[in-house]
Amino acid sequence: MSNGIHRRTIVALVHDKPGVLARISGLFRRRGVNIESLAVGHSEQKGFSRMTFVVGGAENSVKNISSQLNKIIDIVDASDISEKNIVWRELALIKVKCNQSQRVEILELSKVFRVNVVDVGINNITFELAGGKSKIDSFVELLDQFGVMEVMRTGRIATLRGATKIGINDGEFGESNSSDIYIADKDASGSV
Amino acid sequence: MKENLIKGSEIVCKALINEGVDTVFGIPGGAILPLYGTLNKFPELKHILTRHEQGACHAADGYSRTTGKVGVAFATSGPGATNLITGLATAMMDSVPLVAITGQVGRPAIGTDAFQETDITGATLPVTKHNYLVMKASDIGSVMHEAFHIARTGRPGPVLIDIPKDVFDELAEYDFSKDSKIDLPGYNPYLKIDQNQIEKAVDLINEAKKPIILAGHGVIISKAQNKLLEIAEKAQIPVVTTLLGISAFPEDHILSTGFPGMHGMAYASIALDEADLIIAIGSRFDDRIVGNAKRFGKNSKKIHIDIDPAEINKTISIEAPILGDINEVLGLLNPKVDSKTHPQWLKEVEHFKSEHPSLMIPESETLLGQQVIKTLSDLTDGNAVVCTGVGQHQMWAAQHYTFNKDSVWLSSGGLGTMGYEIPSAIGAQIGAPDKTVWSICGDGGFQMTIGELATVAENNLPIKYAILNNNHLGMITQWQDMFYNGQNMHETYTGNPDFVKLAEAYGIKGIRVDNQNDLEKAINEANNHKGPVVVDFVIEKVDYVFPMIPAGGSVDQLIEEEKK
Repeated sequence: MSNGIHRRTIVALVHDKPGVLARISGLFRRRGVNIESLAVGHSEQKGFSRMTFVVGGAENSVKNISSQLNKIIDIVDASDISEKNIVWRELALIKVKCNQSQRVEILELSKVFRVNVVDVGINNITFELAGGKSKIDSFVELLDQFGVMEVMRTGRIATLRGATKIGINDGEFGESNSSDIYIADKDASGSV
Repeated sequence: MKENLIKGSEIVCKALINEGVDTVFGIPGGAILPLYGTLNKFPELKHILTRHEQGACHAADGYSRTTGKVGVAFATSGPGATNLITGLATAMMDSVPLVAITGQVGRPAIGTDAFQETDITGATLPVTKHNYLVMKASDIGSVMHEAFHIARTGRPGPVLIDIPKDVFDELAEYDFSKDSKIDLPGYNPYLKIDQNQIEKAVDLINEAKKPIILAGHGVIISKAQNKLLEIAEKAQIPVVTTLLGISAFPEDHILSTGFPGMHGMAYASIALDEADLIIAIGSRFDDRIVGNAKRFGKNSKKIHIDIDPAEINKTISIEAPILGDINEVLGLLNPKVDSKTHPQWLKEVEHFKSEHPSLMIPESETLLGQQVIKTLSDLTDGNAVVCTGVGQHQMWAAQHYTFNKDSVWLSSGGLGTMGYEIPSAIGAQIGAPDKTVWSICGDGGFQMTIGELATVAENNLPIKYAILNNNHLGMITQWQDMFYNGQNMHETYTGNPDFVKLAEAYGIKGIRVDNQNDLEKAINEANNHKGPVVVDFVIEKVDYVFPMIPAGGSVDQLIEEEKK
C-alpha cells in the first residue's frame, strides 16, 4: 500500500526448540522483510508452537515468503493467510494517567469499549483490551487527553474462520494461484 | 549401567558407514581431535587430508557431483569451520548434497569466547539447508541420519553438524535401526504429483507451435536424462540447457540448441526468446539466463517443473507449475504428450543456428583459450569429467567443449566460486577413479586454492589441470573494457609464478604451451601421463568471451562478436 509496502499475515506451526526464531528472522532479514508484529505461544500439539507474523516489504520480497518459510526444516507448516477469511485479535495493556477526579469519566469510556481494568493506582489506571487494530487504536486515541503512559501490544494472532485448519493443502498452487498481492486495508480490523 | 555405550565420535563414524560413506575430506584441529582419534579404528572411512578447509568442502562437492552420493567434510572449530563457508555456499547455490561435521569447543566453554570458538551454526544459517548443534552424544546418531536424509532428498543441499569436543568423548548408545528412523514433520521432500498440474502442462505442450525445453541441474540431480531425451524426441522439442544443465542432454543431438544467457550461444538465447512455450525442467530462472525479468520470454507461456515450491513464480510468472521429482513428473508427463514434428519451428531453430553460429574462434597468430578447449574436447572425445573455475575459461569451456552422454560437468554456477577448480577435481577423481578428469583453470582462481596441489601430489591423483594463463583476471578486464570505460584496474598479474616450475616443486609434471602448434602434442602427453599434470597454456593476453548479453539485459542487447 503506501510507500510500496506490502503486508502479509503468516501463521506458522514450528518446533518448540532453541534457534527456530533465528532461522525465521534470518530469512526475513536477508529478503528485506520487516516483522511488524510477532506473537508466539504453545500450540495444541505438544512440542510445537504457533507463531503469527505480520510482515511488510516490497512486493517481490513478500510474494512467496510462505514457500520460503516452508523450506525451513523446523517449520512444520507456514501459511500466508492474508487473502483468506480470517479472524484476528491482538491484546493490549494500556497504562494511562488518571487522578481521582478523572476516574469516573475514564471508567465510563472504558465500558463503551468493553475494556477490562487490570490495575488501579493512585494516579494511574491500566486497561486490558482485546480486538482488532482499529479498536485498540481508537481507544488509545481517546485516552490521549488523559495522558497515555505506556502501551503494550502483543501483535496479531489469527486463524481461519470455520472448521478449516491452517495447512499446506489450502491451495497455494491451485487454480486461483496468482501473483497479485492482496493488500490488507490499513483500517480493517478483526471482527470487532 | 548400560552395556552398549560407545563414544560420541564412534557414533559419528558408525553412522557415516551406515550411510554408505567411504571417503571424507578434512583437516584436524583441537576441537575435532577426538573424532580423528577414533577415525583410525574405522578403515572403511578413507580420509583425504586437504590443505585448507575450503578445499575439503569443494572436494566433497566434486565427489558428490561425480558420484551422486553425499559428500562429507570435517573441520575443526573456529577458523576451520569458517573456512568451510565458501564451500557450503557453493553447494547450497548449486543444490549439492554435503554433510559437514565441525568440532566445537567443549560445552562448558560455549559462549565464553573461548579459543577457536565461533557460532558456526549461526554463521552458516543462510548457506546450509539445515544445521545442528549437538549438545549430547545420545543425539548424535539420529542427527547424523537426519542430516544425510535432508542433504540428499528433495532439493539437495549442504547440512552442517557442529559437535562440541566433550560430546565426542561422551558415552551413549547407538542403535542404527532406531536412530535412522526419520521423524521430521516439517520436512516433506516426497511431493505427491498433482494430476491437474500434469494435465494443464500436457495441454500447453500439445497446443504449442514453438515449444522449447530449458533443462537445468535438476535433470542431472534427478537422473532424468533419459526421460528428457524421450520427451524431446517424442514431441520434437529443441533443448537448451542452463550452465549447470550442461551434460544433461547430449550436445551432438540434433535437438540440442546450446545454452542461453549472458555468455551462451546467441542462437540459444534467440530460440528461447522466439518460443511460444518454455518448459523449464529443474532450472531456477537464474539472472544469468533471464537478464531483464520483465522482458524475458515475452512471447511464451511457461511450464516449470521443479521439486522446490519456493522456486515457482520466484522471478518469472508461471502458467503451469508442476511440483515433484523430475524423473517422476516426466514419467507421468511423457506418455500424455502427443508425438509431434514441429517442422516449421525446427527449421526456424536451424536457421538461428546457421545465422548466429556463436562459436566462431577468431583468427589468431597466438594461442587462444577457445582453441585449447576445442582441442581438449576433440582429444577426449567429449567424454571427460570437466571441472572449471569461474571466469572466461569457464565460459569457453561451457561453449567449446562438446559434452557427450558420458561426460560430467562440474562448475560453480550459482555462487561463481573462483578456486573451485583445483579441489573439486580432487573429489571428482576420487569419485571416478577410472575417468579422465580435466580441470580447466584460470591463472587467477588457480592461485586461490593452489595449496591443494599438495593434496593431488600426495594422493597421486592423475588429474590434468589446464591453466588458461593470460596473466589477467580476464573477465574483469572484459567488463572494465566494456562497461567501465576501459579503465583497467587491478586485473593484471605481474607476479604470477612459473606454473611449470611450481608444479614440479610439488612433484607434479609441468608442461608449458605457448603456441598453437604444440597444443595437440601437449594434451596427448598429459592424457598419456599416469600421474597428475599441470599444463600452463600461455594464451592471448586480452580476449573477450562472446556472445554476450550484458547483466540485466535481454536478447535485444545481444553482442555476438567483437567489433574490431
